[in-house]
Amino acid sequence: MPVPRMTRAPVIARRELGSYFFSPMAYVAMFLFLLASGLFFWNDFQPGQPVGMRSIFDWMVWLLVFVTPVLCMGLLAQEWASGTIETLMTAPVGEPDVVLGKFMGSLAFLLVLLAPTLLFVVMLMLYGDVDFGPIFSGYLGIVLVGALFIAIGLFCSSLTRSQVVAAVTAAAILFLVTIIPWWLGTRATLTGFWRGVADESIFRRYTDFSKGVIDTGNLVFFIAATAVFLFLTVKVLESRRWK
Amino acid sequence: MISVSQLTKVYGQTLAVDHISFDVPKGQIVGFLGPNGAGKSTTLRILTCYMPPTSGGATINGLDIFHQSVQVRQNLGYLPENVPLYTEMRVEEYLDFRGRLRKMDRETRRKRIDYVLNRCWLTNVRRRIIGHLSKGYRQRVGLADALLHDPAVLILDEPTVGLDPTQIRESRKLIKDLGGDHTIMLSTHILPEVEAVCDRAIVIAGGKIVAQGTPDELRSSRRMQARVLVECRGPAKEVETALSRVSGVHKVELLNGERGGDGKDGHYVTAALRPKDGYDVREEAARTIIQHGWPLREVRLEHATLEEFFVQVTANQAVASGTGILPVS
Repeated sequence: MPVPRMTRAPVIARRELGSYFFSPMAYVAMFLFLLASGLFFWNDFQPGQPVGMRSIFDWMVWLLVFVTPVLCMGLLAQEWASGTIETLMTAPVGEPDVVLGKFMGSLAFLLVLLAPTLLFVVMLMLYGDVDFGPIFSGYLGIVLVGALFIAIGLFCSSLTRSQVVAAVTAAAILFLVTIIPWWLGTRATLTGFWRGVADESIFRRYTDFSKGVIDTGNLVFFIAATAVFLFLTVKVLESRRWK
Repeated sequence: MISVSQLTKVYGQTLAVDHISFDVPKGQIVGFLGPNGAGKSTTLRILTCYMPPTSGGATINGLDIFHQSVQVRQNLGYLPENVPLYTEMRVEEYLDFRGRLRKMDRETRRKRIDYVLNRCWLTNVRRRIIGHLSKGYRQRVGLADALLHDPAVLILDEPTVGLDPTQIRESRKLIKDLGGDHTIMLSTHILPEVEAVCDRAIVIAGGKIVAQGTPDELRSSRRMQARVLVECRGPAKEVETALSRVSGVHKVELLNGERGGDGKDGHYVTAALRPKDGYDVREEAARTIIQHGWPLREVRLEHATLEEFFVQVTANQAVASGTGILPVS
């Protein structure tokens, strides 16, 4: 009979978040992300431009395609490589605790990464009349996209001992599911299957949020897709038992 | 406390652990001895619930490692080989994290962390970053972690590998002190470690248990006999013949090592005599050498070492299974 127990995920999440602040990679990723979003904001922050963040939000998704793989590459690959997975899994914690904890830790770091961009909102408030609806939905969207990207990054990190391999694989998958369908969508002549792919893409779904539309279908899509990758990661962790 | 029955682990085509069974009573320190690749780490990983066995089973503290994995892990402290740690954390911070993972409340954590830091001589490095510590200190951090929740059973995989001689002595002393309160199973391929620390040894080779017993029992097992070394200056052949006539001598071998020689040009010959059971041939051998007028330098009774025993049993196993190590004659 399994004994009911509270999840240890927050303990793992806290350690994971803490360890980000010891890693130069995380700082580099944070610096580049903020620098690039700052530049995009500056570009839009002109007299006569609409008072909104829609285009910055769209750019942020592009940045996350490259930033999240770097943030997630070490999550499990590092544990395999250094052998700490053995101490972790021989403590009384389950695989779902570990996966959920790592995911929550990374998501928390993503929030830290996004926090400074709230300054953009403050600047908009100083110089114009801000419609907070689309900004709220835009942030909700970026967090959902980020969560999905982290789940994909975590999954890739669980497959290998090499952080580089994990990062490259994750970046390739994110590129494939985000940027390729977006590019397809820009072809006006597209019909049939490929039009379908473009319409159902992550980026297309995301633009609903940045426009200010919170569609239940999109919400469900992001949450379900994230859950699928977390589930797969749990299975990969468990797979050491099948060998 | 630890009970293993018919435990087997197969990786793909390789049989890593082959139907092993043993019991470890409460408070005993057991050395799990074997050459590299014998299946030691695999067995320990199964016992710590890191991976399940292919067949067979084990119980720790009466709890089944497969069906009651979480409870087993609550009762278990494990120090894996090479001591993996989160190197970016501070010692105290790491132990606090491990305590939280084990659901210890704040007060218990504080008390136990102080206790294990003290017990493992880590108090002066408690605020240091683990990555900056020497190998010896990291080993102790790993041990402190294993002890943190005061587990009934400690499983240590090669706890002294990579330490300098002083650190090895300190670690062994610590492990020995921990026996009694905790049931300890440690793996090693270093024989003096078993003699220094363990109440009992289980020798494993090629995935099978080839011998077990106290270090004394292993040493005096029938395969192993004492031998007498005689070193003198004389012609090798004649020395051999003369000594083989001494009553009670079963067999004479000439040792050609750095001390061996042919007896000419003032070189010394060393002969190893295997006495028959119950004979002490030292006096008689010395008298024989003196009678022949060969200058005698040394007559010494050499007790069988655990090392010799180990080489014998593991080599036999390797030959039997057709793999690995060459037999040492």
